[in-house]
Amino acid sequence: MATPAAATVPASRPGLGSMRSDRRRALYWSYFFLVLFVIFFLTPPLYMLITSLKTSAEISTGTNPWWVFSPTLQNYKELLTSPTYLTFFRNSAIVSVLVVTITMAVSILAAFSLSRMKFWGSATLATGVFLTYLIPETLLFIPLFKIFVFVQEWTGIELINHWWVLLILYPTLTVPFCTWIMIGYFSSIPKELDEAALIDGASYTQMLTKIFIPVALPGIIAATIFAFTVSWAQFLYPLAFTTSADQLVLPVGIITTLIKGDVFNWGQIMTGALLGAAPPLIIYAFLMDYYIAGLTAGATKG
Amino acid sequence: MKNFTRRKSAIAFLMALPLIVIIGSLVLYPAIYSLYLATLNKSMERFVGLANFSFLFKRETFWMVVKQSVIFAVTAVFFKALIGLFVAHFVHNLPAKGQRMWRGMLLVPWVIPPAMSTLAWLWLFDPSYSAFNWIFESFGAKGIPWLGDPYWARFAVILVNVWFGAPFFMIMYLAALKSVPEQLYEAAAIDGANWWQKLRFITLPMMRNIISITVLFSLIVTFANFDIVRVLTAGGPVDQTHVFATWAFRVGIEGNDIPLGACVSLFMLPILGIAAVFILRDVTRRVGET
Repeated sequence: MATPAAATVPASRPGLGSMRSDRRRALYWSYFFLVLFVIFFLTPPLYMLITSLKTSAEISTGTNPWWVFSPTLQNYKELLTSPTYLTFFRNSAIVSVLVVTITMAVSILAAFSLSRMKFWGSATLATGVFLTYLIPETLLFIPLFKIFVFVQEWTGIELINHWWVLLILYPTLTVPFCTWIMIGYFSSIPKELDEAALIDGASYTQMLTKIFIPVALPGIIAATIFAFTVSWAQFLYPLAFTTSADQLVLPVGIITTLIKGDVFNWGQIMTGALLGAAPPLIIYAFLMDYYIAGLTAGATKG
Repeated sequence: MKNFTRRKSAIAFLMALPLIVIIGSLVLYPAIYSLYLATLNKSMERFVGLANFSFLFKRETFWMVVKQSVIFAVTAVFFKALIGLFVAHFVHNLPAKGQRMWRGMLLVPWVIPPAMSTLAWLWLFDPSYSAFNWIFESFGAKGIPWLGDPYWARFAVILVNVWFGAPFFMIMYLAALKSVPEQLYEAAAIDGANWWQKLRFITLPMMRNIISITVLFSLIVTFANFDIVRVLTAGGPVDQTHVFATWAFRVGIEGNDIPLGACVSLFMLPILGIAAVFILRDVTRRVGET
């Protein structure tokens, strides 16, 4: 073992002292640069907070923009009692919760079947799932728009300009990734476990609910957070497919209704953006480790 | 027994069916359909072959969008990867106890919905009340027309993209760094290697696979970016900051020329395809290793 030997070299040896001081110096530099990067990374959210606490009068005077001289909660009060803003928030919440539910139901079933029960073409499908994840929504929104117009002409079902159309669209973004990481988690469960269950006479449903879901729970939580974050943040689909104020979700709602002509009410815009950013931030504050696990698993696990 | 296996694969197929339906009808079909759409005329009544493409090739704006998309994606990914690598190293240097807090703060840009955080940047760049210019001016320097000047506007969209995406690289590289065995560094230290040699001969080779997957993946996402450019500049000034996605939106949805919009967004396909092939290769190699 080389490691302990290196550690117990007598302190009198010249190299070691400098190695320790090297390490301490590296640590100080690390802190120094990390502080700089944290300032860079946290400036926009902090600036949102600063602006949200200001009155419009203070924003339009030329005083120091980085400081609040007369803090007020007026912006929060106005937004949280404004029916339009609450509608955006409600739409976002409903869409995200339903999309997460649909996504998890579809991807857990699919991942279970693809990781354990082979059928004709299942290996190709697993690869296909990953490739689908790489197709961006910016490539699909135009044909989808045309398809939805077409559906309306033929069946009379009006798909455009309803918030629930997002329930059809968002799963295309969340399902491939969630299935992909669930396949990874499910594959890591030892085969003996489900073989034993099969011998004991368990059905596939029992196998899934009694073994796979409990054992792969961290992966399921990671996928759930991911699905929520994606559907909460999505901007292109609602921008292209919804226009009426009562159908909008938060990101589009804030941008299209709080900016009136050339008048930017920055206090309210920043408050709205901060409140819109709050749910993912809160979830992440409590479940950071799962979120990170999900992120890293996505690109590394099979 | 034969019956049993047949039943098993039937159940398996049924379980994967919702996934197949979603991917087939909402991803694959639209993707193929957009190829067809791109060959129609504006009112979508007539087949015009490749006329939309040759029309695009003659337009100056199109070449500007190509140039800007490439500059945007390559520069942004380069700086994201660089900053991500540095920050990951710094966090990795810290004692294990303090890492969680720093990691938490550094990942915040990635968690905030980009449309929201870009609004904050838009306000930071505001022409008359710009918080950045206030700092410059208080030092006696001249303010910068952040979003009014084409060069600064390009700089701004790249900066915001780097800000948003660097944490992702940081977290991926941090995970990769943790998997490099500590003994290798100790052995190198005994051999008298300096930090550059350690980086060059241990860290980078050990992380090569994850670096290439992350870079390729980010290249796809950045190339297809929509939110940041749309909110920050909406393509302006005079179309100078449009990327494929935002220009396709302008032409296809706002300009009501669906075939031409489809045509514009199709230009992303070859680049996505190439990147996807390499990612798939790296991912399967990674799976093979473990």
